[in-house]
Amino acid sequence: MRLRTLTIAMAAALATAAGSRAALAAADQIVIGDIDDMSGVYADVIGAGGVESMNMAIADFGGTVLGKRIVTLTADHQNKPDIGASKFREWADEHGLNVLFGGSNTGVNIGMAKVAAAKKVPLFVIGAGGASLTNEDCTAYTVHYVYDTTALANGTATAIVNGGGKTWFYLTADYAFGTQLQNAASKVVEAHGGKNLGAVRVPLGAADFSSFLLQAQASGAQVLGLANAGTDFSNSLKAANEFGITRTMKPAALLAFLTDIHSLGLNTAQGLYLTTGWYWDLNPDTRAYAKRYFGKMNRQPTMDQAGIYSATTTYLKAVKAVGSTDSDKVMAELKRMKINDMFASGGYIRADGVMIHDMYVMQVKSPQESKYPWDYYKVLKKMSGEEAFGPITGLCPLASK
Amino acid sequence: MTEILGIPVTVIPGQLMLGLVNGSFYALLSLGLAVIFGLMGVVNFAHGAFYTLGAFAALLGLQWFGINYWAALLLAPLGVGLLGIVVERLLLRRLYRLDPLYGLLMTFGLALIVEGSLHQVFGSSGQSYPVPEALAGAIDLGFMILPLYRAWVIVASIVVCFGTWFVIERTRLGATLRAATENAPLLQAFGVNVPRLVAATYGGGVALAALAGVLAAPVVLVNSHMGTSLVIVVFAVVVIGGMGSILGSIVSGLALGLVEGFTKVIYPEASNIVVFIIMALVLILRPAGLFGKE
Repeated sequence: MRLRTLTIAMAAALATAAGSRAALAAADQIVIGDIDDMSGVYADVIGAGGVESMNMAIADFGGTVLGKRIVTLTADHQNKPDIGASKFREWADEHGLNVLFGGSNTGVNIGMAKVAAAKKVPLFVIGAGGASLTNEDCTAYTVHYVYDTTALANGTATAIVNGGGKTWFYLTADYAFGTQLQNAASKVVEAHGGKNLGAVRVPLGAADFSSFLLQAQASGAQVLGLANAGTDFSNSLKAANEFGITRTMKPAALLAFLTDIHSLGLNTAQGLYLTTGWYWDLNPDTRAYAKRYFGKMNRQPTMDQAGIYSATTTYLKAVKAVGSTDSDKVMAELKRMKINDMFASGGYIRADGVMIHDMYVMQVKSPQESKYPWDYYKVLKKMSGEEAFGPITGLCPLASK
Repeated sequence: MTEILGIPVTVIPGQLMLGLVNGSFYALLSLGLAVIFGLMGVVNFAHGAFYTLGAFAALLGLQWFGINYWAALLLAPLGVGLLGIVVERLLLRRLYRLDPLYGLLMTFGLALIVEGSLHQVFGSSGQSYPVPEALAGAIDLGFMILPLYRAWVIVASIVVCFGTWFVIERTRLGATLRAATENAPLLQAFGVNVPRLVAATYGGGVALAALAGVLAAPVVLVNSHMGTSLVIVVFAVVVIGGMGSILGSIVSGLALGLVEGFTKVIYPEASNIVVFIIMALVLILRPAGLFGKE
């Protein structure tokens, strides 16, 4: 009896946390949805900032397209694939959803991609990295917009192997994203004549990383590949510094966001190599957008937050160009058009759904090199989209090699 | 290389040491829970939130007022403990006559409010708290490099844990506290202010959580989620030790830190569930817990 009361109370608490801002479906509206981690470990990477950025894009577009008002729906998937997928299905069935932006978490996005295919609603994956989304798990309605595990590995791992870091050991987040990132990096390391000495799979959100780090150190590898993200990444790097691991091993951030570097501080993060799809201080266009964003959120945008602005605009442009919200027509236009804005120049969406655009290999500045707030990265290398995302693998039936 | 259970022998002392560090946090947190449950019968789901508050108090104290680590070690638990007393006086007190479930739900709600508010204000990615200068170095133990700070955590936690155990089990104050749980009306008849004693107990338990938070601040990023995952493990520790058993919570906290440390080497994927597997086994074989009284 008590257990049942408790269960009901817990369920009620969870349901409130998953609460969403709903709008009624109507024929004279364009409905844009955003399902993301709004309250968990990845919430700073896109989260509320992403919603703000999406709304900025809609306002800049004039708030309407084809004479219809643009409305938005947002929900917190709490990093649970079932919540993400069922919310997506509900919006598609009951709210006339036209397009969905998928925030962080590869696992959740794989679940949502299946709904995209079933409901024929385009899904722009913004925050998730798993390259399987445009390979084994690809659908005709998926666009992978900002970055993927292939591009991260091609950027960071290549730079480090070529710089002499030949033997690698990985600290891998134990879910779809971590394993995909580790596999991608391992391939790059081998292709460039390096060796993979092993990996330890760490449960997501571990409280302490030191034990895993000592195992990495015992492997004798030169490079510590951090195939994790968010707080897990920051806490593992912090512990690596504390335990003197960084004196014998070079840490490689296979995925790090601007917010992570901000949390860690330059003293801890300096010298780190990382790959990003966008940085606020690249050119006048990125700075202009970042300045407006900063005005609203009081922090600089991450690549994902800039990416959702660009993706929103791109979708609306495609709708305008074809004069319809019909998903098949819009997808055809999306794969035909060029993307030129503050996020990408000469970007295009390939048959398998990857948005091909330039990626940047960055090095984190030292405290002395950093001249003003948020001045964190220097560009080591600009990779062309083709180099970063690599050739079509053939794993996605939509695109042959 | 010699191996035991597939672990190279050279790795074992290092992992033992780390297990002890994590066990110290478990012990300190489960101790507070055990004190609160043992003396008040309240299942304090807000314990993780008070731990987080302790860490934030240290961080904000440093950023806003320049309060250093050593002062924070004293001030943060004091401040959070006072907050605990306010919570007890205003909220918890009203629930004692009801089923213990209500206290559990109230503290659970309180935890959601605290964590949600911290998230709203400070975001999710967290902030770094610097390691105090005096403890910044590392000791080379031969088999591993042990950061001085982690060694300090073990010492501080063991001293505080056994100090608390001593006060409750071996002093007159502790005897009064225990008497209050046995027969409050009688004790009141002897002229002891029982409600005040209960409020102080809750404040003390909560202060222990805040102290653990301050100790953890230089080790992990201070963020709104830091207590959420920890508190569930700590509950399992308390159940294993025997609900309300002070010594049980200390010993099982340290022991489970060690077990978890070894799991991280043998089968890392299971390291976040091993504590719960043990909890299930203990509940089947010895439902009152390892140190609990039937």
